[in-house]
Amino acid sequence: MIARVALASIAIVPLVAAGLSWIAGEKVKRIATVSAGFVSFLSAIAITNLLAGGERSLHLGSLLTADPLSAVFCLAATFLYSATSAYSLGYVKHRDAGSSRLFNQRFFIGLNIFCWAMNMATIVNGLALVWVAIEITTVISALLVALDDTDGATEASWKYMLIASMGLGLALLATVLIYAAGAVGIGHGFSIGFTPIMAAAKKLPPQMVRLAFVLAVLGYGTKMGLAPVHTWLPDAHSEAPTPISALLSGALLAVSFYAILRYFQVAATTLGPAFCRDVLLAFGLLSLLLASLYLASQRDLKRLLAYSSVEHMGILAIGMSFAAPIAITGVLLQVLAHACAKSTAFFGAGSLKEKLHTKDMTTMRGGIHLLPWSGTILLLAVLALSGLPPFAIFRSEFMIVQGGLATSSGIATSALVVLVTAAFFGLSWSTSRILLAPASRDAPRRGELSAWMVAPMVVGIGLLAVLGVHVPGGLIHLLHRAAAELHTPGRVSR
Amino acid sequence: MTAPPSAFASAADVTSLLVLLCVMAMLRAPFVRSQVRIYRFQSLAVTALVIVIASTHHLDGLYALAAISFATKVVVVPEIMARLAPSLDADLSSSARLKTASMLLLAGGASAFGFFAIGALHLPVRTLPGPALSIAVASLLISFLLVILRSDVLSQGIAFFSLENSVSVASLVVATALPVIMEIAFLFDLLVAVVAFGLLMRVHHRRAKTLSTEQITRLRG
Repeated sequence: MIARVALASIAIVPLVAAGLSWIAGEKVKRIATVSAGFVSFLSAIAITNLLAGGERSLHLGSLLTADPLSAVFCLAATFLYSATSAYSLGYVKHRDAGSSRLFNQRFFIGLNIFCWAMNMATIVNGLALVWVAIEITTVISALLVALDDTDGATEASWKYMLIASMGLGLALLATVLIYAAGAVGIGHGFSIGFTPIMAAAKKLPPQMVRLAFVLAVLGYGTKMGLAPVHTWLPDAHSEAPTPISALLSGALLAVSFYAILRYFQVAATTLGPAFCRDVLLAFGLLSLLLASLYLASQRDLKRLLAYSSVEHMGILAIGMSFAAPIAITGVLLQVLAHACAKSTAFFGAGSLKEKLHTKDMTTMRGGIHLLPWSGTILLLAVLALSGLPPFAIFRSEFMIVQGGLATSSGIATSALVVLVTAAFFGLSWSTSRILLAPASRDAPRRGELSAWMVAPMVVGIGLLAVLGVHVPGGLIHLLHRAAAELHTPGRVSR
Repeated sequence: MTAPPSAFASAADVTSLLVLLCVMAMLRAPFVRSQVRIYRFQSLAVTALVIVIASTHHLDGLYALAAISFATKVVVVPEIMARLAPSLDADLSSSARLKTASMLLLAGGASAFGFFAIGALHLPVRTLPGPALSIAVASLLISFLLVILRSDVLSQGIAFFSLENSVSVASLVVATALPVIMEIAFLFDLLVAVVAFGLLMRVHHRRAKTLSTEQITRLRG
């Protein structure tokens, strides 16, 4: 009963909020959005509790389902929904002087539908439905990126729409190929839900699955921000309104990674893990290398954080390529930690940008002095993103490296450590300068913009610290179960 | 003695070839109007393939898909593109990043790569007609090239829709009896893409006063 209500809430409540944002007044649309965010997050926690308590999977009809793997990503997406909706209250209020009622209406409708689509991608049953949900995220988020109606926003939005849509074209072809492989292996007319295709995975024709997996990684990898198909990401993240940047980085990339993992499950069962590892390792290393180089040369604060996202997506891909249970658990913990850290960092960067009216790091100074709370938490979030203890990303990256060493992937593990260290210097050097240097004489008055913009940051950094020091028993059990779903030991076939 | 190809196999081969020729023709089309017309014809060919599959495989649901495909791809999308274009007679030669001969040479290379790469995989689909899938993948690669080699939003939009047609043909020949959900996915993709592309094209044109993408170079590095 609880499972059904929770799944139904995630599927319905954001749409109700979107509807209210369309027809109702300012106050109602804000209350509806925040409420929908919190209801979705609480529903995801309820699902997590049920699965951690031993339930194998939860269903609502044949279309909605949640297993440990999907629960991890649902938790990340709904947390971002609740945090962003709260931050948006302050963000929109602060912008009120300069923004129209039409902007607010479009913003809240778009925010709710975007979050709904991301949440749905994690709980729908079947690769085709995951594709549909991610396609909706593309369309809505491309329009949200353009919402500020500046030259930069229009350019970023067009690039994003074009590149992501073409990537999703490939992902659609991958979906069709998996269906065709299923038709060969188990006959026509089977449901395209996860269960039948996984049950028949060992009987699927390997050539088709191999092609489907590569197309899926390339297609969804475009949305996930894997190099070399990441080029839309820094533009869209830097030009979108800050709450949307946080959602793009913390949730959308993770949801696209979730789609890849679903293909990984099928392909690793059919082909053995070696082929999937090789593909992910190549994309992961390239992403990490490119991000660590670009991080050192950025002048735009939000763009810097965007390249940090490319770095973290590379780490996730490399972690999966190690395919050791501890590395996969680390990858899943990193998904949650990255959602907390990146949203907190974007919130801080957005507040700083609104305060100083620039995001050019060569002119930004005195962040902590001007915004005592947001500035300090931004610094902590950046240190967390750089992989410093006691935050959760240190723990997850440590687990990934441990997994790499356990599977004798010495060269890849060494490359991971070296590139993450290079990224650490790029990220922390740039941001500490703008936060710790004294403010200029003509700087605005000291003080936070809004309590609504600080509260989600406090929660985000608090969760990062908690997950870094001690992961709750139920959650770690869920992560282990999800990792077990993805771990495919056995014969290596190439 | 080998059996003659079935009506489905022949239709799939011919359609995939037509789709390939259309996207090649888009590369060298001199005006937006010509590109829209070629896209219309390409979509008509894909719709005809859907009807052939519906008839030969006795899949009545596909007739509805064919009807919707005709309405959207052959009528509505070209009409919207025509309305969005400030001038259908706009000369596209200035928006090409390479000369026509070079573009066609590249397209030939890309199509050869796609054709032989898929052929080398020996995909084990009993119903898979001859070279249709390989040709569809070749046209998909040329659609990618079209996006890269043209620097105006309309051509890039049409290239994306052409890519959709290539994916449709590939899907139809690989999995003839697509589940309903996949059919919905196709149509949904087309409709939302039209809406989003249409809106963004308008925004771009309003801000830049041009359909060219040459000036959108602020965000680099």
